[in-house]
Amino acid sequence: MARILPRPKVLASEPYFEPRSIDWVKILTIILFLAPGFIIMFTILYIPVIQSFEYSQYRWNGLGPLERYVGWENYERLYDTTQYRHARLFREATKHTFILMALSLTIQLPFAMLLALLVGRGNFRGKKLFRTIYFVPYVFSDPITAILWIYSLHPSGLVNTILESIIPDYQKIIWLGSVENPSIALYAIFAVLTWKYFGFYMILYMAALQNVPKDLEDAARLDGANEFNVLRKITLPLVGPTIRLTIYLSILGSLQQFVIIWIMTEGGPVGHTEVLGTFLYKYGIDGLRLGFGSAIAVVIFCMSLVFSIGYQWMVLRQDYRSLQAQ
Amino acid sequence: MTTTVSSLPPNIREETAYGRYVLNGFRYGFLFIVTFIMLAPVLLAFLGAIRTSSEFQARPFDIPRRGIQWHNFTEILEDSNFWLMFKNSLYITIGATVLTVLVSSLLGYIFARVEFRGRGLLFNVVTLGLLFPFVIAILPIFIQIRKLGLLNSYWGVILPLVAFSIPGSTLILRGFFRAIPYELEEAAYIDGCTVFGFFYRILLPMARPAVTAIAVLQAIAAWNDYFLALLILTDESKWTLPLGLMQFQGQYGTTNWSGIMAYVTILMIPAILFYMVTERYIVTGLTGGELKG
Repeated sequence: MARILPRPKVLASEPYFEPRSIDWVKILTIILFLAPGFIIMFTILYIPVIQSFEYSQYRWNGLGPLERYVGWENYERLYDTTQYRHARLFREATKHTFILMALSLTIQLPFAMLLALLVGRGNFRGKKLFRTIYFVPYVFSDPITAILWIYSLHPSGLVNTILESIIPDYQKIIWLGSVENPSIALYAIFAVLTWKYFGFYMILYMAALQNVPKDLEDAARLDGANEFNVLRKITLPLVGPTIRLTIYLSILGSLQQFVIIWIMTEGGPVGHTEVLGTFLYKYGIDGLRLGFGSAIAVVIFCMSLVFSIGYQWMVLRQDYRSLQAQ
Repeated sequence: MTTTVSSLPPNIREETAYGRYVLNGFRYGFLFIVTFIMLAPVLLAFLGAIRTSSEFQARPFDIPRRGIQWHNFTEILEDSNFWLMFKNSLYITIGATVLTVLVSSLLGYIFARVEFRGRGLLFNVVTLGLLFPFVIAILPIFIQIRKLGLLNSYWGVILPLVAFSIPGSTLILRGFFRAIPYELEEAAYIDGCTVFGFFYRILLPMARPAVTAIAVLQAIAAWNDYFLALLILTDESKWTLPLGLMQFQGQYGTTNWSGIMAYVTILMIPAILFYMVTERYIVTGLTGGELKG
């Protein structure tokens, strides 16, 4: 029998002889079980990502051999705004990505928390139905989401029709692709992303809120705290680990938005919804400029890596530790 | 209990009937507004699909006044291309789901139950995959898939889908596998169970909620995938439904609005049905089993 188990503690006082021979059955089992996963992870993900560092040093359309070595030129094209048009576009794309990120953190997550509090707390009819409905968009593919909203945000579409019936003297807004007011498209897209994703964060918050002991909140109320203070001083700190986790997920999620934006606007009008994902696709993949595309990917990858490691080290570490202590 | 309530400070007395009414009134009002916003686009698609395009364009939200336009649906469903894409989507979804469950449960098992030197390191190597955003890795993956000669094949989409979900799935399964008591493993071995026998006959069935959750989440991800299919499946006979939807939209986007809404409705119905059946597992998977269904 392969000794897969750690040696039971009870036996510690008894004489125990570690077998000298190597346990081949165990080693073979480990290798066989790990091999499929590791082969897939390395051939499909790790090795290609590492190779893209090399590709980013070349001008390459992906078809011929890697011949035209250009050194750091592809990176300069992303950095040197005085010389390259792409660098200016890349800055814009980065800016829009950060706007989406900031909006997600300041609006989307608090909104999800508000709904988690409203839906998750107390007993009332239809509790589960609300949760189910808010989470529905999670199962729709990005093309479905994008198309539903293209037609809802159409000048004569649903959103304008509803606003017209509520607000007197309402001027129809061209949400996606207005020439006079092009920046509104980014906010419209943010609304769509919120529609699709807040249910996910709400579910995470609901799970966390469920574990907050009611006694603690009641104790605070007995001591004279009002509802707002109970929330601020007791409830939210107790779901802190989940909030910090969702901040992490939300930031990484904002960095990789692509499909919905691409289908809805292709980065337009005139680049006002260009984000890192659409920039990479438009200038790196679509024209088969794979060397330049690799450089873009490497830059975005480094951004998210620095953020990930920094955030995990500075913020999430304490949560891991308390998780292990439990 | 009335004496207790009145002896409490006023800010706790919200549990009285009147306070509850007011609170619930606000709560319901707000929740219904959000519900409307969530469902309006879905309803819009349905109302667009059963009416003519001109009706839909004139009034997005209205009842059908010229009869229900069933032909919007039948035109799509009678197209053999639609069923070809349906089949492709199905193959890719099944392949990616089965492979993900298989591979990540093997990994999860080793990382949860087998002790050996370097286990922590190898586990970190797997979870490192969580740091690779999809959009960024897609270009290297595309180059690699082409190098492997897997363009226009199901495997070209399945393998990246699996690679992306291995880290998360392994993490979840490892947690569940760890929670299964060691005494059970001892007993199984004493009764003559092999390592694989224990894994297959005891561990997997006991962790079934987690395994199902992973399968469901991966099935949704694979069925909905658009970006990978867009890059890797250039041959139309290999296309999946999301690609088909986008092609249809590109072709009729400005003229046949009702047709597009019908297409969207046809794709939404199985998604919603699947969601209603599996919601419990989705929630389990996403919250690590903390939120009860």
